[in-house]
Amino acid sequence: MIRYLALLLIVGLTACSDPRSHTQAVYMLVDTSGTYALEAGKAQVIVNYLLGTLQSGDSLAVARVESRSFSEKDIVAKATFDRRPSQANAQKRAFSDATKGFVSGVKQSRYTDISGGLMQGAEFLNETGAGTKTIIIFSDMQEELDKVTVRDIPMNLKNIRVIAVNVVKLKTDNVDPRRYFGRLEAWQKRVQAAGAVEWRVINDLERLDAIFSKS
Amino acid sequence: MIWPENPALSILVLALLGMVFLYAARRPMHELLHAVGGLIGAPLRVAARWLAATANAMRQRNKAVLLAHGRQEVGNRIEREFERLATTVKRDLQGYPTLQRKLLDEITRIEEDYRKCGEVPPPSPDWVEAVAAVANVKSGSEMVQSILEEIKRSVDKMHEKTLGEYRRSYETRHKILEGFMPFWRSVDKTLTEVDKKLTELQNGAGAVDAHMEKYEAINAKTDKAEQMLTVSAFTQFAIALLVMVVAAGGAFINFKLIALPMSEMVGAGDYLTSSLRTSEVAALVIILVEASMGLFLMEGLRITHLFPSIAGLNDRMRRRMMWIALVLLFTLAGVEAALALMRDMLIADKQALLQSLATAAPSAVSDGWVGRIPTIGQMLLGFILPLALTFIAIPLESLIHASRTVGGVLLAAGVDGLALLLRIASSIVRRAARVLVTIYDVLIVVPLLAERLTKSTLATRRGAVDLDDSAHQVR
Repeated sequence: MIRYLALLLIVGLTACSDPRSHTQAVYMLVDTSGTYALEAGKAQVIVNYLLGTLQSGDSLAVARVESRSFSEKDIVAKATFDRRPSQANAQKRAFSDATKGFVSGVKQSRYTDISGGLMQGAEFLNETGAGTKTIIIFSDMQEELDKVTVRDIPMNLKNIRVIAVNVVKLKTDNVDPRRYFGRLEAWQKRVQAAGAVEWRVINDLERLDAIFSKS
Repeated sequence: MIWPENPALSILVLALLGMVFLYAARRPMHELLHAVGGLIGAPLRVAARWLAATANAMRQRNKAVLLAHGRQEVGNRIEREFERLATTVKRDLQGYPTLQRKLLDEITRIEEDYRKCGEVPPPSPDWVEAVAAVANVKSGSEMVQSILEEIKRSVDKMHEKTLGEYRRSYETRHKILEGFMPFWRSVDKTLTEVDKKLTELQNGAGAVDAHMEKYEAINAKTDKAEQMLTVSAFTQFAIALLVMVVAAGGAFINFKLIALPMSEMVGAGDYLTSSLRTSEVAALVIILVEASMGLFLMEGLRITHLFPSIAGLNDRMRRRMMWIALVLLFTLAGVEAALALMRDMLIADKQALLQSLATAAPSAVSDGWVGRIPTIGQMLLGFILPLALTFIAIPLESLIHASRTVGGVLLAAGVDGLALLLRIASSIVRRAARVLVTIYDVLIVVPLLAERLTKSTLATRRGAVDLDDSAHQVR
């Protein structure tokens, strides 16, 4: 009898199996421009948190934000963790080593192309086919582009969550806080206009669990 | 309002008009209320009767099934008791003739020995009387003295001889009596053994008697037998349920042991539903397969009888199936032990990774035998739990059998309760119709009073006229 029950259970579960993907994909942009490059050490904390939280089958990529960031060359490390937990752990160790190398030898860039990084991140995330897609922007959210770089084009961030982390205040923000709030508001509008499902700012690195919590 | 400036008068007039209309419609309204009461109440009553009849039929059916099941069960027990008795008789009383012969031999020997013991000592010699005669002879002469002295010597000599013989005889008897002891002991032991066996037989016969009494009560379909079987079924159900709950706890622990390492085999990222991983289902399936193997093992051992097809197999096939189930069960237990070890390794690896990612210094890990206790414990649990879960087949069988009775009794009680509710509802509807009729009459109390008054006046007049008529007729 138990055998038949088990079979029924399996058949039932197979019949109502969930076709949606339950994996997560995270694309982390690390700003390396100007003085913010000094904050790169904190990025390692976030990467470590992500490595400890993401499961087998999930994807993670870390990319630098440079003068022009819409390029695969800016991806420092990327991995889709193996379905076997033991292999996934080995991949995570390798990933951690790769990002440590990047953080310790980070080079300052002249400009900050966040939009290009977002577009590159969206491309990467859509390719993973993950169920939950998240872009983490480790930056002060001050975009600076050179004269030839064109970024005032519509972005596609549909079904992507965008989380700005460690958005430090600039000297000018301290003079006039409206600049800081205005900058964040402008980004929120832009991101949501691009179809992002969520916009969130996390400045306290002790509250990183909010990265994966649903709003 | 008829007269807006005088609402009281308007209400009074309206009420009077209403009363007149209601009075005019009194009979059809009464009929309507009764009809509505009947329309709702009658189907409820019919449904209640049908449910009561159904409950009764269910109870009868339950009784028939219960008695049949009880008859079969008690019959099996009687059969087993007889088998046991037969075994006892065969085992113990088979050697009874030998035992009896041995006992008779020993008794005969004891009797012989006893007879030997009973031999009287040699009588005193006749010369005692001669001595007495000689003693009466007058003394004084030397001849007599010498004769007496001679006699004394002879007597002393004879006395010593007789005494020696007497002592020897007693010594021999004592020896014979001493030789009795082992025989007595043997006889005592044999008799105790016989007594024990007979008591055992008597107990067995007593148990058979008790079962037979129960069997007869079931055959007679008495209420007492039914009640006894129902109580027994409820008790069995409760006990089996309790054991199943405990077993479910064991199965849950087992599941926890193998769910994580199963992700290493079937992958950790696959989901069947939003919260159910494929690895978890795979672990569940393994546990269920183990339980199935346990079930087949118990069927093969003829401890449970859930599958008639297995019970109907010939002994050779049944034994083969039993061995296959046992081998598979041990294999799965071994796999589970390995998975438990893998679980420990995975957790340790994950822990090491998290520590390497954390900024804090890694904590000291015990590499000694103490640190291995959880691993060994998990492996042992992984091996033992599948084998322990084998035995859930027994409470499962009890649960299935008892649930038929328990479910039947509860269902019959539920149907009975529903019938009662419908009966009450029907009664309420009918009485409500009557209450409404009364309320209706209360509303038109003034016209009714007028009607009654008119009727009584008419009746009085008619009575007076009748009296006059009869008086004229008399004249």
